[in-house]
Amino acid sequence: MAAGTARTNGGNGAAPALLSVDGVTLQYKTRDHLVTATYRVSFQVQRGDRFVLLGPSGCGKSTLLKGVGGFMPPVEGSIALNGRPVERPGPDRMMVFQEFDQLLPWKTVRQNVLFPMLVSGRCARAEANDRAQRYIDKVNLTKFADIYPHMLSGGMKQRVAIARAMAMEPDILLMDEPFAALDALTRRKMQEELLQLWDDVRFTVLFVTHSIEEAIIVGSRILVLTPHPGQVRAELNTDGLGQQGHEGAAFQALHRRIHAMLFAQRVEQEERMRPHA
Amino acid sequence: MPDDKIMPAVRPEFEATPRDAGVIGDAARPLSLWERLSNHTGLRRVAILVALCLAWQLYAQWLNSPLMFPTFKDAMTAWIDATTRGPLIDRTLTSIRVLLIGYGCGIALAAVFTTLAVSTRVGTDLLSTLTAMFNPLPAIALLPLALLWFGLGIPSLVFVIIHSVLWAVALNTHTGFMAVSETLRMAGQNYGLRGIPYVVRILIPAAFPSILAGLKIGWAFAWRTLIAAELVFGVSSRSGGLGWFIFENRNQLETAYVFAGLFTVIIIGLLVESVIFRGIETRTVRRWGMQR
Repeated sequence: MAAGTARTNGGNGAAPALLSVDGVTLQYKTRDHLVTATYRVSFQVQRGDRFVLLGPSGCGKSTLLKGVGGFMPPVEGSIALNGRPVERPGPDRMMVFQEFDQLLPWKTVRQNVLFPMLVSGRCARAEANDRAQRYIDKVNLTKFADIYPHMLSGGMKQRVAIARAMAMEPDILLMDEPFAALDALTRRKMQEELLQLWDDVRFTVLFVTHSIEEAIIVGSRILVLTPHPGQVRAELNTDGLGQQGHEGAAFQALHRRIHAMLFAQRVEQEERMRPHA
Repeated sequence: MPDDKIMPAVRPEFEATPRDAGVIGDAARPLSLWERLSNHTGLRRVAILVALCLAWQLYAQWLNSPLMFPTFKDAMTAWIDATTRGPLIDRTLTSIRVLLIGYGCGIALAAVFTTLAVSTRVGTDLLSTLTAMFNPLPAIALLPLALLWFGLGIPSLVFVIIHSVLWAVALNTHTGFMAVSETLRMAGQNYGLRGIPYVVRILIPAAFPSILAGLKIGWAFAWRTLIAAELVFGVSSRSGGLGWFIFENRNQLETAYVFAGLFTVIIIGLLVESVIFRGIETRTVRRWGMQR
């Protein structure tokens, strides 16, 4: 049901996209090389999408997210949010990072959630307080609101980061492997909580992961990227498989299908190396 | 070969229900008085101080040479006499005033240099070159030049103090800024912070442990330089500071008063370190978990 409602206005793609990434090539410099991270990648995110960028490491998915975040200008192509080109980082696209040190250690949980609302001038003090409390409650951290981040566990820190981003009520939430540094049990729990939050608030999220399983659980639509440099391999619907338990046949089938796409080349190479197999 | 492999014996499986916590008793037990006392940092340090004073007193008594090494008791008597009737408080105030002027100017200049260094590449090169040149140069070595340029008096002292503060503070602050993690920077930019607000609200708090370390080192350098400078030319200056007090009493072979002067230097150092800097530390970097 969830995946269906996510694209009520999708139709034949006639509705204007919230985020449109058009033929984007991103490059970054290392000491000795100019690395092309993505090559002419295009996709469109509709309002309410849980849009997942999936690919093996080195496919430029995080770089792509940084591009959307405005941290990195594309060398080719364009990125537009609500029809306006993205030029610099801004509070209409809140990022949730993988690293636990994204919280400001000199502020309590509540102050961390308040801070972006106040400095960006998004809302007045009273409303900011209100929203902070609401989202801290939503991520189940009510009891920890006045504690400093160093006293929280990894999962709690990520929840604060999510609450902080969501309290801003941004046009789009950008999540860069937010659960990758968590243990498997906590990760599973956080995925479920994120889905519940989405059911509750109906935000739009662009989610980067390298885990096929996580992509199917969290996403409503998955963009599969190939590595070196990242190019679009496929764009798939999950049809709400994530909410229906992870062991079903359809889930496994989609998992296998994506797995085959990502590892096709390698399998071919291995087949050639073992001709009698 | 397969016969050599170790095979653990197959054991039966079992499940257990955890006992009620009441049976186990208190998981947390209050510490005994002695444990709590020995956990108190201030108390431990006072104990060390008392032991040192006691050792001093006993050694000086055994030596029995008030001219070379007065007892702790004599030194304390001299100190009380110098503070209540003598010029010690005046001297101390003079020293502290000069010190604060120099320290303040040094920090302000360090802020300018660090701002230049974080905002431009030339600034970075300038700061690292200047620091590499001047940081190893003892401030006292500049005193003859300072006396030539500014004459006897406060300006010369301020000049050498600035020299001793500036490079230590600038170097530490810059290192601190460079060490702020990329994630934190991006988080700050994500809120739309740029320019001065970005530096003030993200970089400075994030680099605060290094900045504080720089301020501490700068303070110690300034204090040392000041006393040394006063010792060198305090004789001819009109309103001398602590350094001059020490020098004057040595000339008159009032060794107990020399110790009283040194004692004052130490007390002020201890007070600033354990009250002011420690206070700032517990309220900031320790509470934030940036330092243990």
